[in-house]
Amino acid sequence: MSQQTHRLSQGGRIDRGREIRFTFNGREYTGYAGDTLASALLANGVSVIGRSFKYHRPRGLVGAGPEEPNAIVQVGLGGQTRPDQRATQVELFDGLVASTSARLGFDPMGLNNTFSRMLPAGFYYKTFKWPAKSWPSYEKRIRQAAGLGYSPTEPDTDRYDHMNAHCDVLVVGGGPAGLAAALRAGRAGARVMLVDENAEFGGSLLAERDAQANAIDDRSPHDWIAASVAELSAMQEVRVMTRTTAFGNYDHNFIGLMEDKADYRGGPGAGEVRHRLWRVRAQRVVLATGALERPLVFGNNDRPGIMTASAVSTYLNRYGVAPGWRTVVFTNNDSAYQTALDLKAAGRDVAAIVDIRTNPTGALADAAREAGIPIHDSSAIIKARGSRRVKSVQIAQVKYGQLAEEGDTIACDVVATSGGWSPVVHLHCHIGSKPQWDDEAACFLPGPDNPGQSSAGSVTGAFSLRKALSQGFEQGGAAVAELGFEPTAGAAPSAPAPGTVMPIQPFWIAPTGKPLSRGPKQFVDYQNDTTAADIALAVREGYESVEHVKRYTAMGFGTDQGKLGNINGMAILASLLDQSIPETGTTTFRPAYTPVSFGSVAGRTADHLFDPERKTAMHDWHVQHGALFENVGQWKRPWYYPKDDESMQAALDRECRSTRNGAGVLDASTLGKIEVHGPDANRFLDMIYTGGRRKMKTGTCRYGLMLHEDGMIFDDGVTAKLDENHYYLTTTTGGAAGVLNWLEQWHQTEWPDMDVFFTFVTDQWATVAVNGPKSREILQALCDDIDFDREAFAFMTFREGTVAGVAARVFRISFTGELAFEINVDANYGRHVWEAVMAAGAPHGITPYGTETMHILRAEKGFIVAGQDTDGAVTPMDMGMHWAIGKKKDDFIGMRSLSRADIVGEGRKQYVGLVPTDGSIVLPEGSQLVNDPEAALPMPMVGHVSSSYHSDTLGHSFALAVVEDGRSRHGETVYSPQVDGSVIAATITDPVFYDREGARQNV
Amino acid sequence: MFQIDCPWCGPRDQQEFAYAGEAAIKRPENPASLSDAEWADYLFMRTNPRGRHHEQWRHVHGCGQFFDVVRDTVTYRIESVDVPGRPALGDAS
Repeated sequence: MSQQTHRLSQGGRIDRGREIRFTFNGREYTGYAGDTLASALLANGVSVIGRSFKYHRPRGLVGAGPEEPNAIVQVGLGGQTRPDQRATQVELFDGLVASTSARLGFDPMGLNNTFSRMLPAGFYYKTFKWPAKSWPSYEKRIRQAAGLGYSPTEPDTDRYDHMNAHCDVLVVGGGPAGLAAALRAGRAGARVMLVDENAEFGGSLLAERDAQANAIDDRSPHDWIAASVAELSAMQEVRVMTRTTAFGNYDHNFIGLMEDKADYRGGPGAGEVRHRLWRVRAQRVVLATGALERPLVFGNNDRPGIMTASAVSTYLNRYGVAPGWRTVVFTNNDSAYQTALDLKAAGRDVAAIVDIRTNPTGALADAAREAGIPIHDSSAIIKARGSRRVKSVQIAQVKYGQLAEEGDTIACDVVATSGGWSPVVHLHCHIGSKPQWDDEAACFLPGPDNPGQSSAGSVTGAFSLRKALSQGFEQGGAAVAELGFEPTAGAAPSAPAPGTVMPIQPFWIAPTGKPLSRGPKQFVDYQNDTTAADIALAVREGYESVEHVKRYTAMGFGTDQGKLGNINGMAILASLLDQSIPETGTTTFRPAYTPVSFGSVAGRTADHLFDPERKTAMHDWHVQHGALFENVGQWKRPWYYPKDDESMQAALDRECRSTRNGAGVLDASTLGKIEVHGPDANRFLDMIYTGGRRKMKTGTCRYGLMLHEDGMIFDDGVTAKLDENHYYLTTTTGGAAGVLNWLEQWHQTEWPDMDVFFTFVTDQWATVAVNGPKSREILQALCDDIDFDREAFAFMTFREGTVAGVAARVFRISFTGELAFEINVDANYGRHVWEAVMAAGAPHGITPYGTETMHILRAEKGFIVAGQDTDGAVTPMDMGMHWAIGKKKDDFIGMRSLSRADIVGEGRKQYVGLVPTDGSIVLPEGSQLVNDPEAALPMPMVGHVSSSYHSDTLGHSFALAVVEDGRSRHGETVYSPQVDGSVIAATITDPVFYDREGARQNV
Repeated sequence: MFQIDCPWCGPRDQQEFAYAGEAAIKRPENPASLSDAEWADYLFMRTNPRGRHHEQWRHVHGCGQFFDVVRDTVTYRIESVDVPGRPALGDAS
């Protein structure tokens, strides 16, 4: 076990009394409670944490928070493993197992680095382009070489959930500004949520020394944090949440939060939730998201030990870890001087401060000089040396951005760089706002506030503690005042006035005196191995838009989404294009700020809860009788009922035979059912259906087609006239909700004056469809108050009566072409009536059949299924259904379209039957049809197969199809080329294959 | 996700609503009298403005009512919500 060689003897917010054991890449280490995986590895002197994506260069920690690009680890094992975790955000717990997928010792792929001149941006696209069909195998190899993590292969058995919340003020970020905002809003009595991605509140204060010199309201910073959090936690209407990332800012103040409930302690216990996704609708949002430090770009700036200055301070002050023994600080602004002073205070050597600015002055520079730290002004680090750890840096004098004179080589094991600060404008920009470049602060700031939102703290460029506190306090007060609360009096928390500050001098890339492509690599985006030379190449090859350069060089992709490198990259691009940074602009900021787990997005809607399942009243009977089911919309419908080890086709043949020769029964409860009432019901339905309804007699049924206004069929069904102003409509199973919506839309928005209303009764009725020559006898056995005589109970009429002791509506309609009765009863009696039918039908060999037999029987009769034989591009005439159009009607929805020139012209696809030349072949549904299978490519396609089955009744296969001008082509042959190269020939026929005269139902 | 102020139910999340096309597309009184071009204009031509857009929404998982919304297609700000043919709620006249 390794020693914590880099742990300071004191300081930090870790609990030295609680030692924690963990495993990284197979080796055991120890850390302390309060450590992150990153700080614990650093404490153990582990400098190489991963290998880079493309060149496989050794990489160490750069940051200390969500911006970390290199230390991307896989945490945990099995179904619960988490890929792409930032070691800087993984809290240490006993038994933590983490790994990086790349090899840390000798890595053969490191040869990519040696030959890197041959691997410029776009290399893979350019090189592996030919032959095109080999790309999948190239891609597999490339991905294996490049992977940063792996997905779990086993199911994740953990529980995730969703929470909806409303609040007056949501404060994002629990640093000084966020705390001040939440305090002011909370004190006014508002309902406040304060969220922070970290394990504890405090933000940037945690990275600073807990010194009285930084006191807030005369308390040390850490005491002030504790007191503030205690005050907030005691407020009834305030909710404070740590380990909770506001990952997305969506429209109308809808914010997505992901709360880690368990990962930080090694996973959830029994019955506990792992992640919770919060969907928050806030009246006001205060964004106090802080700022991230930019690294500086110079040669070999990716060597382990080269970090941002603020990360070095964070490891020192928050975790009590010194990343090394001798540091060189490289900066273009004041803040890194604080890091130099922190290092000194921790007893570590600062070899030099290299400052691009000339003659740095101000409070911090003076303090550094006083501490005896050598300052090299007007200078830059032009390259680093060392491979698995930085060993030294070469500095040079820089004038007007050009290399003036090479200077010393300074030995060191840490380089702390600061290129200035980039406000975390991500959330502000998620809803489309553009960030605005600020020349003075050399950073992008949030643009004008989004409605109901404001920003406070360093995200606005207020980099001093004093300013952050007053701004937070002010914005917290403004937010509640807008909502009608009375902000309490009293002053903002006060911090000491900052000393004199010397302005930042923007500096984007260190000159090497060589062309970008010839010098040592200058990394802009560490995670994607994008260098300044790659950006230059993109510009040479003609890319100008920052969005295109991003996609060509991969800059800004990956888990860090360019948090660290993007601004440097855009600035370098701007200078190469000889334009300003605002002209170049940023890439688009999109959610999520940091990766969100799939589990939390899914919540409980996984597995059997993924989608609602609808079951009919007879469902259990079907299950008990061996039905296999098919999904129709959300309905579970019996598909067929195999007996013993019967094949599917044998079962279908048996079901068809029984129905055609004796009796079959179908559970038709899933058909959509809508009641239409009102004095204008006739007038309204006359507009909805192609056929007339007005002249229907009470007690009769009529088949109807519904068209969209473009004349295309979209649903069909049977309408029964219950009373003069009362109809009962059936729709297709899948189309029911759409039809109701259709009726409501026309009524509400076009004809609100019509007195009519609609009631959805699909679930109220169970429907038992008894089909076959024996159906009358079965009904007669079950019902003695309806006269089933052929004349008394005519086809396309219905009767009300009592079936099996239950009040019922019995419809004499047929979807099989056989004599048939559909019994509709209160769904609560559905199973009772179904079983009664089965018992009464037993002497006649009644056979339950499912959707597949239903399809065969209806297709033999040429009955269409809307949505299967129609595809939204066929008219009633195309389907040969001229008869369904009311001859005397002036208007109905879609009518005008039926006389458009292109609807009445020739060449339209028309509904036909097909009989394959080889009757043992069932044409695949969806197959395209051609006239000449030898025709040159692209072969003209003349139609397609919409329904296709084997028919026991006919003794051969058959299909329904649409074919150009098909009605005049009966007897001709068309061909269907298949994906396997075979061609199926078929003869065009009438679409009615069985009992063309309709004699079988007319008995 | 928008928050839409249903004129009947009050503010609700967008997921309760369904978009229902551009508002104020009036069906011609006498379709038979229109030329094919005029009919096609009614059928297919819709505005697609960058900015204020009059649209219909339905509170499909709520009261089921259709209503008109004026929404900015750039900022997504909802300017007004109205029941077609009726004065807006809260409108004293």
